[in-house]
Amino acid sequence: MTQPPSPKSTQLTEAQVRHVAKLSRLTVTDDQVQRFAKQLTDVLEHVATLNKLDVGAIEPMAHALDMTNVLRDDEPQPGLAVEAVLANAPGRSDPFFKVPKVLDDGSGA
Amino acid sequence: MAASQAVFADTGIKARLMVGMEVHVELSTRSKMFTSAPNVAHPDYYEAGPNTLCDPVVLGMPGVLPVINKRAVEMSMLVGLALGCEIAKQTKWDRKSYYYPDLPKNYQISQYDQPLCHDGQVDIPMDGEGTKTIRIIRAHLEEDAGKLMHEGPGGVKIDHSIVDLNRAGTPLLEIVTEPDFDSAQQAVTFGQTLRNICRSLGVSEGIMQKGHMRFEPNINVIIEKDGQTYKTPIVEIKNLNSFKALHGAIEYEYQRQIEDWLETGRVMKSGAKSTRGWDDVKMVTVLQREKEEAHDYRYFPDPDLVPVVVDDAWIERVRAELPELPLVREKRYTEQLGLNVKDARALIDEPKVCKFFEEVLSAGVEPKRAAAMLLNYGAKRANERGCAIHELGVTPGQIKEIAELAAADKIGSSAADELFGHCCDPRNQGQTAEALAEKHGLLQVSDTGALEGYVKEVLANPKNAKIVGDIQDGKDKAIGALLGQVMKLSKGQANPKLVGDMIKQQVRGS
Repeated sequence: MTQPPSPKSTQLTEAQVRHVAKLSRLTVTDDQVQRFAKQLTDVLEHVATLNKLDVGAIEPMAHALDMTNVLRDDEPQPGLAVEAVLANAPGRSDPFFKVPKVLDDGSGA
Repeated sequence: MAASQAVFADTGIKARLMVGMEVHVELSTRSKMFTSAPNVAHPDYYEAGPNTLCDPVVLGMPGVLPVINKRAVEMSMLVGLALGCEIAKQTKWDRKSYYYPDLPKNYQISQYDQPLCHDGQVDIPMDGEGTKTIRIIRAHLEEDAGKLMHEGPGGVKIDHSIVDLNRAGTPLLEIVTEPDFDSAQQAVTFGQTLRNICRSLGVSEGIMQKGHMRFEPNINVIIEKDGQTYKTPIVEIKNLNSFKALHGAIEYEYQRQIEDWLETGRVMKSGAKSTRGWDDVKMVTVLQREKEEAHDYRYFPDPDLVPVVVDDAWIERVRAELPELPLVREKRYTEQLGLNVKDARALIDEPKVCKFFEEVLSAGVEPKRAAAMLLNYGAKRANERGCAIHELGVTPGQIKEIAELAAADKIGSSAADELFGHCCDPRNQGQTAEALAEKHGLLQVSDTGALEGYVKEVLANPKNAKIVGDIQDGKDKAIGALLGQVMKLSKGQANPKLVGDMIKQQVRGS
């Protein structure tokens, strides 16, 4: 919504890198911003090769696979043991995950 | 709204409230939306300990794949059909990205531009009489997030936050209406109507305290002054989980927005919407501190999930499951069965009790009688025991017997109540009501020989001479006093109607 404009469609500005980093809750140093701007621009340029394809005759699709209705029956299976659930957590306060104090309500569900 | 108009009466403005609703309903499937871990919104798992309903998909582990729960799709179709929606021929799944501790994989799977249900309408009852039609924009399926808490269990102060992921991945149906409400009460009535519909469909238990339904009203005010129309900026109130909070938040915003407009003249800008929370204690809305980019969700189609295509045959199979909807049922109960609105609603509001009521009707009990027995004899005992009326243990057959015994004057009304109680006693399981009535001496004595003795005794009592004189003078009211005495002598078992006739006959000789 507030994404700063880009000079060229594949050229990422440093402001855009900072914006994406912020959305991803990543702390980046000034050096990293410069480096990632260049690297990510390269990635975008590479992917932009796809723009050369003529897709005029192809219907828009929601998925590359020509499949639909992959569904499962509503049969529950037991959850993992709490120990396993918390095993990889960076912080734990059993039986909960422990996270830094959250002040604002950014929940989107 | 009379009160608020009075407040602004001297400002020369006319104000009209405009509210649209977003409602989240947790579906009570047995397993989660995209994986087979148990669903905390299903009654079997209400008491599950924190973080016990998790599997690798819920935890957002690398390499896992979501698989759609077919029943969640069908439950959503049921709600869509009940709300008069079109069911989409094709629906797809999108990722809504945001980083928050209650969302382990950093995106929520939702439906962005192809919701499962769209363009519906539903009638809500109005305060006075009649109904109002509310237009439904869409109803789409997504997954709930986990629960983030800032206090330890039991309200213990902690210097960090804690997360329980039991709720993460619960199927969540988001229903969005047009801004068709012009009072807080209408919004509340819509919420209650929707709750009743979901409960009657069996797609949600609708327990507000458990967060089964959450409301997000979008509120603004249309102000007219000196022939000009102004619209105040739209405010969305997040996550209201009670009807009281919903009502309070809308009323508060109505006042606040008018005051704000009078003070600043701020009006709506396209696309701009601010978010506020509701403080349940202070009863005010509070602006939520937010960075604008927090809403940069970067929706894109989820490559892990293929579209769902719904054909007519599937829709018709689901449509066949639709029960009689609450408002239709209420109309039938009041207009055809002759119940009053209060009784009809009391039964319909509890789908399982209502089903039991229908069974009692099928057993052959007259509807008004059946409703009265369940809502008087039944409700008070259910209340005492802390269970629902259909769980008391009394059977439709026994209720039929009690009704017949009463209709035949074999038991009086207080005896019918007592007999109902004996039928609910687990020790009396399998016995007929009549046998229990006999066992507990509840059958009325209609044996004229025995009754005549009591009547004679009472009439002969010199203390009653004046009353007898009154009766002779044609005062029917006086009979009551003697009737009471006969009932006492018979230990409450005399048939009152018979005794009354007998007194009249003996005193007046006719």
